[in-house]
Amino acid sequence: MSALTLATRDSSTMVRRQLKRLLRYPSMTVQLIITPVIILLLFVYVFGGTLGTGLGGGRHTYINYVVPGILLMAAATAATGTAVMVATDMTEGIIARFRTMRISRASVLTGHVVASVIQQLLGMAVVIGIALAIGFRPNATPVEWLAAAGLLTLFVVAITWLAVALGLKSPTPEAASNAPMPLVFLPFLGSGFVPTDSMPTVLRWFAEYQPFTPIMQTVRGLLLGTPIGDNAAIATAWCTGIAAVSYLWAKKTYNKA
Amino acid sequence: MTNLAIAANGLRKSYRDKDGDKVVLDGIDLAVPEGTIFSLLGPNGAGKTTTVQILSTLIRADGGQVQVAGYDLNRQADDVRGAIGVTGQYSAVDKLLTGEENLLLMADLKHLPKREGKQKAKELLEQFDLVDAAGKPAATYSGGMQRRLDLAMTLVGDPRLIFLDEPTTGLDPRSRRAMWGIVRDLVKNGVTIFLTTQYLEEADELADRIALLDHGRLIAEGTAEELKRLIPGGHVLLKFADPSRLDAARPILGVGTPDHDALTLQVPSDGSVRAIRELLTLLDERSIDVAEMSVHTPDLDDVFLTLTGQQTDQNKEALR
Repeated sequence: MSALTLATRDSSTMVRRQLKRLLRYPSMTVQLIITPVIILLLFVYVFGGTLGTGLGGGRHTYINYVVPGILLMAAATAATGTAVMVATDMTEGIIARFRTMRISRASVLTGHVVASVIQQLLGMAVVIGIALAIGFRPNATPVEWLAAAGLLTLFVVAITWLAVALGLKSPTPEAASNAPMPLVFLPFLGSGFVPTDSMPTVLRWFAEYQPFTPIMQTVRGLLLGTPIGDNAAIATAWCTGIAAVSYLWAKKTYNKA
Repeated sequence: MTNLAIAANGLRKSYRDKDGDKVVLDGIDLAVPEGTIFSLLGPNGAGKTTTVQILSTLIRADGGQVQVAGYDLNRQADDVRGAIGVTGQYSAVDKLLTGEENLLLMADLKHLPKREGKQKAKELLEQFDLVDAAGKPAATYSGGMQRRLDLAMTLVGDPRLIFLDEPTTGLDPRSRRAMWGIVRDLVKNGVTIFLTTQYLEEADELADRIALLDHGRLIAEGTAEELKRLIPGGHVLLKFADPSRLDAARPILGVGTPDHDALTLQVPSDGSVRAIRELLTLLDERSIDVAEMSVHTPDLDDVFLTLTGQQTDQNKEALR
């Protein structure tokens, strides 16, 4: 068997291991799905009336506006879980065992990433389902839905590799749960919950140039028909860049440890 | 000529910490023939685990020539990994997976065909008495069961050389004996075992050759018998009720070191029943009562304490 076939085979073995682990320990997955759902309900039913008025509509205007931000927040929250899983895994003796076996080195990490991506996409599907149930009304064509799903998947892959790298860098699982925290707040400091032009200058500058904003603008544009402009290209570039850098960083950290 | 499973020359390793370089292995040589049990014996912190980590490709040595299973440790690390199995000091099982799933995971990673992997897992569960627990998560296993599962996982893919780093530390006596039985069976099938332990009894029971590691150096190496010959031999200690009996006994026996304060006489002896019977008969013929008697044969404890004791004293000097 060629090196690539072996690497693929080892990686799929590790993905199966990781999915089994997620099923065995469902409280983490449940928590990671419930958190964004609560934020969604909170923002729609508590703040949504007032915020929707600010957008020139009502609660229904706001639910359409906030869903892309909630989706990214769901991914960022799940990244915390991934970082903790990786850090915990590294403290277990089984990783030392893997290192003494003739298997593809990166397969352990690939297993974490693929399983987490599956977990997060499921989480996003739940969020979208609940949003639709409470009044989210996208006007996207099937192609636009596919494009949005593609970009979100790319984003999830990027943020998951970042989470894996952060998890590997963390000395303890507790530290790993803190490291991705800033990511959870990025949707707030962008166009996730309110339009950036309502913010003071310095904050607005940050909000417009940080990576989450073009991603949210693109998803919003695809699902609701708002203008996308060059946001799609910028969003894709950010996601690809973060994924590539994080992948190399994670691999290097894993090999060094 | 037998082939060597492990051949190391001048193995060195030091770690850098805030106090400067700390030398963990200070140039050790190892020669382990195939199909034997080799035991590396030493107190905590002697460098046993570091040696296993280097030989099993987990960490790199700073210097030295090492061949493991016929491959160069640095240039052919992946070939080494293909030939060895490692059971470390800390449990290397996936606690969220069941015992059976852990074994199947190993079979997949060893690239065994599905059916063969299932067959092997079934055999190992039976061999290691884990059939009843096969469907339960490893987290629910007792210490002994986790250790057995750990070793069973190491055996998937039939490695030719197995490293066991303190395999019985923390196990109860029954589990320890069960583990010894398993190790002996492995060697019968031609596997080479590199065993570290801090229990002298374990090395004495299992190992063909023993090396004593202390402060990163090998301070003695040989069979258990050879090592025992390194230090003064066995003796019988006779205790008498009063000094007059002690004084009377010494000329009759012709040998022995009296201790007048303790009222004892230390007589050199191989500790055999026949020698002791002769000794007691001699005293009995002259009606000299022995109050107490104890037989002392040299064991690895004596060797270990004698040889490592010198080092410890030197260290204490250095600390002052």
